[in-house]
Amino acid sequence: MTDFLLELRSEEIPARMQDRAREDLAKLFTAEIAKSGLTASEIVTYATPRRLTLIARGLPVETAAVSEETKGPKASAPPQALEGFLRKTGLTREQLVERDGVLFAVVDKPGRATSAVLAEAIPAIIRAFPWPKAMRWGASSTTMESLRWVRPLQGIVALFGDTVVPVEIAGVQAGAATVGHRFHHPGVITIGSADDYVEKLRACHVIVDQAERRQIIALGATMAARKAGLELVQDEGLLTENAGLTEWPVPLLGRFDAAFLSVPPEVIQLTARVNQKYFVCRGADGALANAFVCTANIDAADGGAKIVEGNRKVLAARLSDAKFFYETDLKVPLEEQATKLDRIVFHEKLGTVADKVARVAKLAKWLVEEGIVSSPSPRSRGEGRGEGESASSDALDIPAQPLSPTLSPEGERENLAALAERAALLCKADLVTGMVGEFPELQGLMGGYYAAAQGQDPRVAAAIRDHYKPVGQGDDVPTDPVTVAVSLADKLDTLVGFFAAGLPPTGSKDPFALRRATIAIISQVIEGQFRLPLSTVVAASAAIHASQFVYWENEFHKGDDAEPRHARARLAHFDQEYDWTKGNHTESAIERKIGGSFISYYEWDGEPDFIEFAKYLVFDRSVDGLLDFFADRLKVQQREAGVRHDLIDAVFALGGEDDLVRLLARVHALQAFIGTEDGVNLLAGYKRAANILKKEGVSLSPLKGRGRRNRQRLRSRWRSIRLSLPLPPRWRARISKPRWRRSPRCALRSMRFLKA
Amino acid sequence: MAFARRNAWLNFPPRCAKARGVTQPLSFQRMILTLHEYWSQHGCLILQPYDMEMGAGTFHPATTLRALGPETWNAAFVQPCRRPTDGRYGENPNRLQHYYQYQVILKPSPPDLQALYLGSLAAIGIDPLVHDIRFVEDDWESPTLGAWGLGWEVWCDGMEVTQFTYFQQMGGYDMKPVAGELTYGLERLAMYIQNKDSVYDLAFNDAGVSYGDVFHENEVEMSTWNFEVADTDSLFDQFKKHVAECENCLGKQLPIPAYEQAIKASHIFNLLQARGVISVAERQAYMGRVRDLAKGACGAWIAHNTAKWEARFPGWAA
Repeated sequence: MTDFLLELRSEEIPARMQDRAREDLAKLFTAEIAKSGLTASEIVTYATPRRLTLIARGLPVETAAVSEETKGPKASAPPQALEGFLRKTGLTREQLVERDGVLFAVVDKPGRATSAVLAEAIPAIIRAFPWPKAMRWGASSTTMESLRWVRPLQGIVALFGDTVVPVEIAGVQAGAATVGHRFHHPGVITIGSADDYVEKLRACHVIVDQAERRQIIALGATMAARKAGLELVQDEGLLTENAGLTEWPVPLLGRFDAAFLSVPPEVIQLTARVNQKYFVCRGADGALANAFVCTANIDAADGGAKIVEGNRKVLAARLSDAKFFYETDLKVPLEEQATKLDRIVFHEKLGTVADKVARVAKLAKWLVEEGIVSSPSPRSRGEGRGEGESASSDALDIPAQPLSPTLSPEGERENLAALAERAALLCKADLVTGMVGEFPELQGLMGGYYAAAQGQDPRVAAAIRDHYKPVGQGDDVPTDPVTVAVSLADKLDTLVGFFAAGLPPTGSKDPFALRRATIAIISQVIEGQFRLPLSTVVAASAAIHASQFVYWENEFHKGDDAEPRHARARLAHFDQEYDWTKGNHTESAIERKIGGSFISYYEWDGEPDFIEFAKYLVFDRSVDGLLDFFADRLKVQQREAGVRHDLIDAVFALGGEDDLVRLLARVHALQAFIGTEDGVNLLAGYKRAANILKKEGVSLSPLKGRGRRNRQRLRSRWRSIRLSLPLPPRWRARISKPRWRRSPRCALRSMRFLKA
Repeated sequence: MAFARRNAWLNFPPRCAKARGVTQPLSFQRMILTLHEYWSQHGCLILQPYDMEMGAGTFHPATTLRALGPETWNAAFVQPCRRPTDGRYGENPNRLQHYYQYQVILKPSPPDLQALYLGSLAAIGIDPLVHDIRFVEDDWESPTLGAWGLGWEVWCDGMEVTQFTYFQQMGGYDMKPVAGELTYGLERLAMYIQNKDSVYDLAFNDAGVSYGDVFHENEVEMSTWNFEVADTDSLFDQFKKHVAECENCLGKQLPIPAYEQAIKASHIFNLLQARGVISVAERQAYMGRVRDLAKGACGAWIAHNTAKWEARFPGWAA
């Protein structure tokens, strides 16, 4: 048994690709040698910025001899068939073996030297390597067929035991020589075998093992912080990244000007992390300290003083930019920032962000005014709840917020609606601030800071801060009604808009993160137990879209020169022939589609007919698909929460329910019932009834048509089922209730989905 | 002495500036001269700046056009860059609407390009055993040139000092062979070497003239013009005319004049953006327009030269 060492040395491999590359290397290697029947007893992989290494232990010196048998034609087969088989195998008739009248070609393959197998495997691995992005380089790149690698490949070490595996690929000859640290040890070093690889490189200032580098950074950074009386803010991602950027990591602590601490801590942390890959530290009081830890790749001659000083300067420049942005942004009221949102296109078919904000504000206000989103008080809860949902009542016990005693319920609602509208109008204003321009990740958060600093209502500031939430599983789900109204409105508007524009997610493609938005809506509705009649809400949002669309159209046709450019740009996408260079806009697609008459008829605050109009106009194809989409997401979400999906299917099959809370209450009630003795009996009975009917050739699929005869047939079928069920009298009485009698189809359908 | 110094640089890796006995940090102009000297020693043509406004050294035809095709091409030059939207009226110590890039283009990319580059850093006085030099992933893309490449931004003690790119495509055409491009941010490097916090405090020469003395007034006036004064109707008009002229040149199979018109259109577009008269929606359309022009010029350049290239490089095909 012998060990094999493979080192693929290249120019700096991006840190984010290294872990994946190690996995791929092990996978490809295992697959390649398995083709010759080889397996290694252990495979270890390492990655540094400049090398990707694999050590395979316990390989045999040669592969086992194998005898391969190929089945051929029958001995009695026509000569053409035999000839073909001989040609394929390269044997003669005499060499074939006959068994039971069938010819077999038996080829004995002697064992091969493992190093020969490896010599074939290495180029195959290199050529097939699945880098996320690969490149060509150098003189050989005059053709597109030249070797591709993540960055130029510089050298290969391939040692089987202590002998070099003779391989050459793209002019790179495998050998035993590699290089040490780029600056500490630029010369060539010769590796003896897999056993001395790690240690020899360590002597040349290269820590090959990424886990060890991680540990050095983690420990060094923590110790450096502790020495300064601080606590390091742990960051696993940064550890990995810095380990991927260094071969000889040396964490160094530096200080920045404490004046920068007036900037929100998230900003400082993000600046340090994203731009510079520094750790930050906390003081004893838990607040962010004016210190950073950078990770150098050298043991500097001066102990790192110059490096720290240089990094401090860069960070200072970054932070002073951030501070400048923060202070400048603070001086501009969010209301004023919001007016600039018409410069940002949300989506070419859905207008600018300003347009979106206008829609979201309307929808958020509407959600509160309709009582769909309300303060969580036990009283308003009770009103909205339907009958027969006692099963879910436990889930409704959310601590109620104290209501302001001076406000009547109507006053409270009005107040809430005003807050929600205000928050919605300002919620995207931070997108045009300098800070969010620099760090898009801070959207929302900065708006919250600015709103609070500018004296907005704290609930408005909180809503601006949190309205993107929840952004993933495990993220906080907002519960404050103002935040929820804005958050729901924002996501609903996005969903309805993209469905209306004919851009729903397809397959694995979901470029506008609509699935995430839907899940976010669902989890908020469930968390807050809001009674959200989906189809109504969706229609309302569609109507808002439509009314705004007509508004644009009006503006455009007014010929008002104030904003012709904008109106034109917004409308351009609806007209394929529209060409901005030609300025040809006499006939827009809209005019062709609906004729001129609608345009002046509908106004911004339209009539109730708007819902129909919304469907009629550009939004005709969308809304039904959206409800199905919701149902799918709900199923996925519930399945992940551990609910049997046939139960969900059963409740969905009832149809006509678009209240998520009630729907889920039914699912839970059904789940609880199935678990009882009655439930088990019912299922058994259903199964029996279904079998009887099947024997009689009666289908359980819903009857088509609505005629009287159909109804009678259905009713009699239902009766026969009811009577055949071996149910306890109590339960039989229950399903014989008028309500069930009247809609046997529903009862049947809902039962059909239950797996006995 | 000068001769001895030059000879020393022929030995690789070169000794750093300090080891050569240079104690004073290089002035801005000496840094440029040093880089010229270094790259000239390593076989580069030393070209002069292109006499047109452009947003980056990559726009220089010595990069864009010469990067295409199979011929060997090694050149180094300084290129003034104009980015009107980056103007800060001379008030920001780090941002300028007019600054210098030092551009090196090597085709095909030599196998020791990284070592050559590090040699140039040592030549201008950056010792890699005192300063932390790192190659951090940064994939470069120029939407207006239809070009992209893979490479790094080179960090020196956490500061990005150079863009290091292996071009993979230019003008939408695959590079055959691949060229390596180095773009040094000269002001940043100089600020680093001279340990200055403001670009305007840089020593331009060794006789007390600062960068601010030379360029501050220029920044103030040009920022004012870019942001407030430039006549937008005239600019829109010029854009259209350059587009038309580019198409005219392309029709006459004149790739170089066509490319010049594309550069002009690109700069006019940048000015219009600084004036804030191009909406976000239109921006893409304008950029697409410039890209089409640049791609057209690159295509024409290839078409113009293919016969010659194929004759001189058997087996090469566009």
